[in-house]
Amino acid sequence: MSEEKKLPRIEIIEKYCKGCHICVEFCPTKVLEMKGFVVSVKDLDKCIKCMQCELRCPDFAIKVHAE
Amino acid sequence: MAFDYEKFIRPGKLPHIWCPGCGHGIVMKGLIRAMDTLNLVKEETAIVSGIGCASRLPGYIDCCTLHTAHGRAAAFATGVKMAKPEMNVILVGGDGDGTAIGGNHFIHACRRNINMTYIILNNYIYGMTGGQFSPCTPTGHKASTTPYGNPDPGFDIAKLAIGAGASFVARGTAFHANQIDKLITEAIQHKGFSVVEILDDCPTTYGRRNKYKSVIEMMNRLKEVAVPVKAAEKMTAEQLQGKVLTGVLHKVERPEYCEEYAKVIERAGGNK
Repeated sequence: MSEEKKLPRIEIIEKYCKGCHICVEFCPTKVLEMKGFVVSVKDLDKCIKCMQCELRCPDFAIKVHAE
Repeated sequence: MAFDYEKFIRPGKLPHIWCPGCGHGIVMKGLIRAMDTLNLVKEETAIVSGIGCASRLPGYIDCCTLHTAHGRAAAFATGVKMAKPEMNVILVGGDGDGTAIGGNHFIHACRRNINMTYIILNNYIYGMTGGQFSPCTPTGHKASTTPYGNPDPGFDIAKLAIGAGASFVARGTAFHANQIDKLITEAIQHKGFSVVEILDDCPTTYGRRNKYKSVIEMMNRLKEVAVPVKAAEKMTAEQLQGKVLTGVLHKVERPEYCEEYAKVIERAGGNK
């Protein structure tokens, strides 16, 4: 690919995350993982910007900044 | 672009009090998206709730909010609507608050068809007070007050609302997060009493007692039992066994209470 894929920025507000695993489990491409009690980004390259994590997070802890 | 939920949240209120994995947060996000879609003005929107986990929801949203007595949200909201008919009145409550303690108010608000929207977060249990069974706890399921299984059948809130006369009834689940704001938007737009039942999960007091290993298992259960209304038309009664219909279940036009009451005032010569 000549043009580089534009990656989103996944913002995680650790103060709000309660570690429920919903985002990790329902991410279709398994971008996220648990690091201790809070979620973190494992593999940003795989992100398809489907926004499922942002939509499903009950704690307002994830924001996907895509254009 | 990421949705800006902060503009509808009272500053400094997050993180909220709900347990890890509780779907109430997902429903609150849906409500905020619906409010944004409809461009509701904060000063002209009232969110009214009773007591319970779900009833903590209005405390986080930055608009006119009213946190009232247990089960009495419909009664207080009727007062708000009658005093200020131009306001958008939204009620939020749980299954215990809405159908047990407030069951009386709920059915009569449905019957009156006053222009309000009632969002019922049905998590099948009284979560806040320690997991007592509610009228929505399914038969055989365990709660702190039914340790050997609940002998009663659970309420079907949507059917109850239709039977009582609500003119718009819809049902969604916390798993189908995308659908929540669409259902709430349609409910707020509808003129008359609209009920949106959202099936929710309570991992802390319900899931643990009923052998759900995790929040994910509870979410997957919601995914499995939900059948959209259109898909259900092609299914047999056998296939629909144990399933729950989701989507807009009932929509009719009926005279609205505030307007009818204004006519009564007119007939009695009140405007002269």
